Amino acid sequence: MMVKIIVDNQEIEAEEGTTVLKACLDNGIYVPNLCFLESMTNPPASCRMCLVEIEGEKGPIPSCTIEVREGMVIRTETAPVRRLQRSALRLLLSVHEVDCAACPANKKCELQRLSKFLKVGLKPKGFELLLKEAKRDDEHPFLDYHPNRCIVCGKCVHVCQTTHGRPFLTFAKRGFNTTISTFGEKDATKIPCPTCMACVEICPVAALTVKTDPQ
Amino acid sequence: MNPTDKDKIDLAYQRLREKAQKHAESAQRPDIAKIYIGMATCGLASGALETRHAFEETLAERNIEAVIRPVGCIGHCYAEPLVIIDRPEFPPILYHQVTPGKARMLVKSFLENGDPLFEHVLGAMEENDLIPWVMDFPRFNQEKKIVTALCGKIDPEEIYDYINENGYSALAASLYMDPNELITIIETSGLRGRGGAGFLTGKKWGLARSVEGSEKFVICNADEGDPGAYMDRTILESNPHQLLEGMAICSYAVGANKGIIYVRAEYPLAVKTVKRAIEQATDLGLLGKSILGSSYDLEISIFEGSGAFVCGEETALIQSIEGKRGMPQNRPPYPVQKGLLGRPTVINNVKTLSAVPSILEHGPEWYKEIGTVKSPGTAIFSVVGDVIHAGLVEIPMGVSLRTLIFDICGGIPNKKQFKAVQIGGPSGGCLPSDFLDTPIDFDSLTEAGAMMGSGGMVVMDEDTCMVDVARYFLDFTQKESCGKCTFCRIGTRHLLNILERMTKGEGNPEDLDVLEELSQDVKMGSLCGLGKTAPNPILTSLRYFRDEYEAHVKEKRCPACVCRKLTAYYIDLDKCARGCDACVGSCPVEAIFTTKDRKKGIDQSLCVKCGECMAACPPEYAAVRKVSPPEKAPIIERPEKSENDGQDHSG
Ligand SMILES: Cc1cc2nc3c(=O)[nH]c(=O)nc-3n(C[C@H](O)[C@H](O)[C@H](O)COP(=O)(O)O)c2cc1C
Ligand code: SF4
Ligand code: FES
Repeated sequence: MMVKIIVDNQEIEAEEGTTVLKACLDNGIYVPNLCFLESMTNPPASCRMCLVEIEGEKGPIPSCTIEVREGMVIRTETAPVRRLQRSALRLLLSVHEVDCAACPANKKCELQRLSKFLKVGLKPKGFELLLKEAKRDDEHPFLDYHPNRCIVCGKCVHVCQTTHGRPFLTFAKRGFNTTISTFGEKDATKIPCPTCMACVEICPVAALTVKTDPQ
Repeated sequence: MNPTDKDKIDLAYQRLREKAQKHAESAQRPDIAKIYIGMATCGLASGALETRHAFEETLAERNIEAVIRPVGCIGHCYAEPLVIIDRPEFPPILYHQVTPGKARMLVKSFLENGDPLFEHVLGAMEENDLIPWVMDFPRFNQEKKIVTALCGKIDPEEIYDYINENGYSALAASLYMDPNELITIIETSGLRGRGGAGFLTGKKWGLARSVEGSEKFVICNADEGDPGAYMDRTILESNPHQLLEGMAICSYAVGANKGIIYVRAEYPLAVKTVKRAIEQATDLGLLGKSILGSSYDLEISIFEGSGAFVCGEETALIQSIEGKRGMPQNRPPYPVQKGLLGRPTVINNVKTLSAVPSILEHGPEWYKEIGTVKSPGTAIFSVVGDVIHAGLVEIPMGVSLRTLIFDICGGIPNKKQFKAVQIGGPSGGCLPSDFLDTPIDFDSLTEAGAMMGSGGMVVMDEDTCMVDVARYFLDFTQKESCGKCTFCRIGTRHLLNILERMTKGEGNPEDLDVLEELSQDVKMGSLCGLGKTAPNPILTSLRYFRDEYEAHVKEKRCPACVCRKLTAYYIDLDKCARGCDACVGSCPVEAIFTTKDRKKGIDQSLCVKCGECMAACPPEYAAVRKVSPPEKAPIIERPEKSENDGQDHSG
């Protein structure tokens, strides 16, 4: 069944059960987002980018976790929404090594896209830059991981899990130090990576890259 | 309900009462003394075990017959080990700080010779002509004990003790009531969740009941991760059956057949006590299959969490039980809709569930009469910090902060001034003295910028630096952030870094705006309650103590002289006593030297600002001073190495 919702004064239709975020994107209304994938049954809602205001709800809420309801009135560009999105982006950039020329994601990077959309410079003032010491984790036989690029969106963990039925990638450590880990697996015969690389493809910021000369 | 069911349940409960009565009679010998020793964690930490041994030994030595009963905590943690002696011909008397030596004395003087040793008495537990009744003291008579009424009075390891106090009668009566009627009673009582947010308990139960599905769960949240908070632990250790009864009533009302108590593994005594209580209740048919002969089954088990603060958050707690990383999930869906294993789940705090039996026993109207209109019932706080009588307090909602801190807890020690009170755990707010008349209830505290939280309260005196306090709490929440969402993961780290810079004198005025704006963003944007509340200590201290922040960033001055980098110690030569050496040996870095006229000075280049000399200086001189900024310390030249130095050290 289709339901009608109003987004920024524009009426759109969406299948019952879809998230507000998907409904917007499908209808050409861009809502910033970093951690959402359509195949997720239970989106993590962790990047806090896809905020919108919905009539009757308090304050901006992430649109990736709300299902459309008939007659819902949604605003995607209010001042509180933009303020939080800019703040979130500036926080992500404060732990990001901005070296676009040397980055394989250059020109297709989600952070570059957001920075343009939200009008936030890639090297914003205000927060000090907090980079991790290790620039690269090259433990894995086929992949390199770049902690200072990673935005901890979790898309890689999700696609790995859905492709292989079990994840070969996982979140490791806690809090500020949260990273993606490959379980320390070094035995090349035990991992399906060479023929897959789904994680590298999905990563929006090239934090996972293919090793150029696998051992 | 089927009337025969009612008869069956009543009969089963009646039998239990009779057994309990018999048990009490055989245990109770009116002719001999009974010694009740507080043996919860607070008592044990103060040496209750040694006290118990001393009693046992001396009783044996002197050949005196008496019964020793371990009990839980009555909340006066400042006075542990606490002992109540109930001796024939005397009212039961409460003694404080009963060391093994005092225990021996009490056996000899009181039990043997009838001299109650008045100097060690805290008060009598009953009204009498001989000894002042504890209820005449503000600490006792301003408290209102509902949830903790039996804590410290019954043996937590003995289910019959609880049954003799009418225990499990509310469960028995519930089992032949319509579950919806039960939920209405709890709703009418106005009971609000004591785990933090103050959500209406009856409403939560009603929501869980109304969700379709045959399998439902009830979880008791006993994670209690707030540093310094120990209300839940005390209840688990002192009266576990009241909680089990509350949980059983809740489970019956929502239609759950499985209950889980989520306790942190750092509470070994609580885990042990509750385990034993579950066994006893199961043995007596109060849990398990066909409870009290009814058709209702309930199994309660314990899950030991490994003590991450964030695992107290309900969705993270569920993940943790499911064996996953303890990461909060976005709500909705709420646990009442989709909780443990995707099933409708009620999560309530220990204090919430423990209040349930008394509400059913006395009726919702009785409960509503206690406290305030919007926050009925009592508040349980662990009051710590700069107060004379720290400990566990249960008061009716609506009592003012002033009454709680100054009357009930005895005020600020060492004739110091009150500065602020931090309420609601690590992410509560800091309120200044202007707010002392704020009534303690969910809404007033939230309005003031603090929160009820799960009941931690830290009182701070004039020697506290509010910037440093904010830094301290942010350090905690930042470390406990699970790392899932952007605002909390990165934002709290920046907040902490800015505060650290300020306390080191490296902050600048613009930092104040960044601090304030980022705090608001983290509060608005974070995924779960941890991030949403972590900035509270900053936002409230900025609001109420902004001048202190300004002093730190503009003048590099710490008004309370706490931040080390911004403070210097010096010796006031007008006060320093010639030839006194008290401070010299206390200094760990040998920064103290002797001046030409045999007074003392501090070498600022060596001083590590530990404050040892200040503590060592005899109070009649009180010559060591602190100043901020450090440049204000008068310069006292260190004399060239002279023969004087050696002499004074040896003297
Ligand atoms: C970071 C965090 C920690 C929490 N810790 C606890 C806790 O230790 N105990 C508790 O009962 N509730 C805690 N809560 C609140 C729970 O999420 C939940 O609201 C509560 O257990 C519900 O019980 P109630 O309705 O009886 O208050 C915490 C919440 C957050 C955000
Ligand atoms: S607010 Fe903090 S603790 Fe809660 S989900 Fe976000 S990162 Fe985790
Ligand atoms: S896309 Fe919704 S929070 Fe990340």
